[in-house]
Amino acid sequence: MTTLTAKDKQTVKAFWAKVSGKSEDIGAAAVARMLVVYPQTKTYFSHWQDQSPHSAAARKHGITVMMGVGDAVTKIDDLKEGLKELSELHAFTLRVDPGNFKILSHNILVVMAIMFPTDFTPDVHVSLDKFLAAVSLALAEKYR
Amino acid sequence: MVEWTDFERNTIQDIFSRIEYDVVGPAALARCLVVYPWTQRYFGGFGNLYNAAAIKGNPMVSKHGTTILNGLERAVKNMDDITNTYAELSVLHSEKLHVDPDNFKLLADCLTIVVAAQLGNEFTGEVQAAFQKFLAVVVSALGRQYR
Repeated sequence: MTTLTAKDKQTVKAFWAKVSGKSEDIGAAAVARMLVVYPQTKTYFSHWQDQSPHSAAARKHGITVMMGVGDAVTKIDDLKEGLKELSELHAFTLRVDPGNFKILSHNILVVMAIMFPTDFTPDVHVSLDKFLAAVSLALAEKYR
Repeated sequence: MVEWTDFERNTIQDIFSRIEYDVVGPAALARCLVVYPWTQRYFGGFGNLYNAAAIKGNPMVSKHGTTILNGLERAVKNMDDITNTYAELSVLHSEKLHVDPDNFKLLADCLTIVVAAQLGNEFTGEVQAAFQKFLAVVVSALGRQYR
């Protein structure tokens, strides 16, 4: 996988500074979208009483996920080390198939396009896509 | 054969009646060339693709983006027989253009993002699911004749 260039990091940090105020809405929207567009992802949430995309549990989960993404932005210079504990959580406790990281990343990008159509330029898109791929890789680090 | 619900049919017809082909097409292709730069390998004759601004302003990219959307319209008008509708296009992309079919998915993802930006909150999860299903059928049909 590619490393993030200085330009990628700068672009991600600048874009995140613009959008982080809405991070809860972004997270909730991305998770809701994922549950609707990729219904197989609901299998990870069978413990929720209400599996509907706009349930309180789904919103809460979206917020949690986006807090993780925001945290990853601050650790952008060493994601592997910075996300070590989160990786252990996903590897040993949650055991989410890493293919799903790509699915959620895609939906985060779609939400960015909807909420920030002028700021989410192709240049921002490529850096954010690379960043989310790097985060996904760091999350999968401890799997095996 | 692909089964389409009424919602899916109506959604696809609605989206394509609302988007401007000469805005969405160029935007999606340009985005694909920026976000997945290896796709530029198929556009060696297009001139300056040096950076995002050059790609966005490149008239050949714009023209081709519009061509792609017009091509998609054929699938929109023949939703019950996309595989056969695209048989010749599939042969063209395989035998003449030599496009790796994995790239179709990359362009499809960029189209999703551009349409999402255009439609805003109307691009609900349900609409996205229908649109992505349509594009998946298109992508599959385009890859069908490869051998």
